[in-house]
Amino acid sequence: MNKNLILYAAILVFGITAPFIFPAFKVQLSILCVLIVLALTWNIQGGEMGYNTFGNILFYGLGMYLCASVQVGMFFPLAEWTESGGEKTFVHTPAQFFQGMAVGLVVAAVVPTIVAGLIGYSILGLRGHYFAICTLGLGVAAGEISGGIEIIGAGQGFTTPPFPDVGGLEARGEFFYFLSFMAVVLTFIAVRAIYSTRFKLILNAIRDNEDKAEAMGIQTMKYKIIGWMISAFFCGLAGGIMGGLVGYIDSTDVAFDGREMGVFMVLMAILGGKGTLWGPVIGATVFHIFKEGFWTFFLGWQYVALGVLIVVIVIYFPEGIMGWLREKYPERFGEVVDEADRKAQVELK
Amino acid sequence: MISVQACLDGILLGILFALIAYGMALQWGVMNIINIAQGDLVILGGYIAYFMYLYGIHPAWGVIVAPIIMYFVGVGLYKLVINKVVDRDLFISILATFGISILFMQLMNFAFGADVVLANSGYGTTFLFESAVVLPNSKIFSASISILFAICLVIYMKKSKLGRAIRATAQNARAAKILGVDTEKVYAATFGINAALCGVAGALISITFTIHPYMGLPYTIRSFMIVIVAGLGNLPGVALSGMGLGVFEEFADYILGTEFRIGAVFLLLVLILVYRRFKLSRKREYLK
Repeated sequence: MNKNLILYAAILVFGITAPFIFPAFKVQLSILCVLIVLALTWNIQGGEMGYNTFGNILFYGLGMYLCASVQVGMFFPLAEWTESGGEKTFVHTPAQFFQGMAVGLVVAAVVPTIVAGLIGYSILGLRGHYFAICTLGLGVAAGEISGGIEIIGAGQGFTTPPFPDVGGLEARGEFFYFLSFMAVVLTFIAVRAIYSTRFKLILNAIRDNEDKAEAMGIQTMKYKIIGWMISAFFCGLAGGIMGGLVGYIDSTDVAFDGREMGVFMVLMAILGGKGTLWGPVIGATVFHIFKEGFWTFFLGWQYVALGVLIVVIVIYFPEGIMGWLREKYPERFGEVVDEADRKAQVELK
Repeated sequence: MISVQACLDGILLGILFALIAYGMALQWGVMNIINIAQGDLVILGGYIAYFMYLYGIHPAWGVIVAPIIMYFVGVGLYKLVINKVVDRDLFISILATFGISILFMQLMNFAFGADVVLANSGYGTTFLFESAVVLPNSKIFSASISILFAICLVIYMKKSKLGRAIRATAQNARAAKILGVDTEKVYAATFGINAALCGVAGALISITFTIHPYMGLPYTIRSFMIVIVAGLGNLPGVALSGMGLGVFEEFADYILGTEFRIGAVFLLLVLILVYRRFKLSRKREYLK
């Protein structure tokens, strides 16, 4: 326990000092934080509950649009803002910007949670691959439909309010970094708290055998919906932050980007090891470093590399980094290993 | 008259969808795989016909050339990737084929450019009901070719030795293996036939409509939807629900506007799945 505390303290200290140690990578670090949040929330469904969703992108995109719309709509007419496009006819004062951002983030987190609760009963009744395809459909449909709505910019996109004139680019990077870092810490604490309760055991029971869990008197539907709502809350929050960070929202390329972000979150959780607490964090970090490194080498070929990466990870590495570590050092994971049995297995090999 | 036009358009389009869905049902039933890259195979087939058109060959010949090339693409894909996911969890196959889909999308984007293209067949148009209904002949051509291919395939599956082996493997792969069927070969052939069907459909789509490297996913979703509505191994059902989907799309296009067309298709998928879930949950069952 003491060891863990030191580890958490070290990570916290690193997280707080990171933008000052690597000032050039502030935006990358903020994106990493958002990716970790997404991987952690996907893991609640895909890893612990056994419901492989492609649809968490729905909450992410929803949060993104909501945050930006609230931030603009609180002070200026939204329709005129989107109509003027890139040309700024309205300028947020610093106070307006931060107030808008705060309210926007709250809305961006709460509304997707409500949406998840509303559609949860219908969608979570599906199982296995039907659930996967249905949520894939949801994500794409949301992207296509939001691309046809005029007030949030339709096909030409939506520019989020630019950062006010306090401290320039440095301040902007630090602001968004600490915002996303706070989101990660919040998500991690929440997920860790959830995983230490009976709730996690219920989710695992649903994953292992839903019918038996139900027969044992667990109201599986209730817990599935609650799990999805928790995911939606943090996905929406991450989306809101990402919208401000990118500064431009497009319906299918940024917000409801099933081809990038929607697959990334699945991939990161699988790469790290699904069904573990640390897996998604490690997976997201490794994936982001790999992605940024290779994206610059394979400029233009990044989707080809991504496609190959997905196939390779899924086929050859489905247990992920944590699963591999667990097989290698089972003692560290609290598993009792019978030495004689192990030796016998080694001899058999 | 608009509704007659939409119905006719929808039926002719739906026949094409049914052909793709037939391939989907085949591989799903035999190999227990959901292939997200189905739509991208269709688009690839379309580009084969388009290239023939570019080099001065009539694109209708693509209907014969595309399936032959696509058969080998399909077998190659099976040998490289699919054979490793056949016995695994369905989600693994979904994710792996999703990767293939992204890969194909981007490779086609590099090879053929990101423009919307079509292969002009020069078949002219037919006017019905005193010019109130306009039907391009290419649509009629593509629908009849699809029906022809579907009938040929059904007969082939019934009569030939390979068809019998495929059906046996679909029923019970283990028993088929014991009785001397080389299931590995059967799987490869099934995936190849599926890709060939996609090739035919793609060639016809490039003649009748337009193709674009990123247009694959909607075709996958459509064929998935048709298969779950009709059920596996229900051929008349596949044809009927394909036409139904076509008509739905034309009406959605007409009523909601073209920008919501794809969105309507994906929403319909969600609605169908949710409807079936509620229907089954009354009997305390779920979609399997």
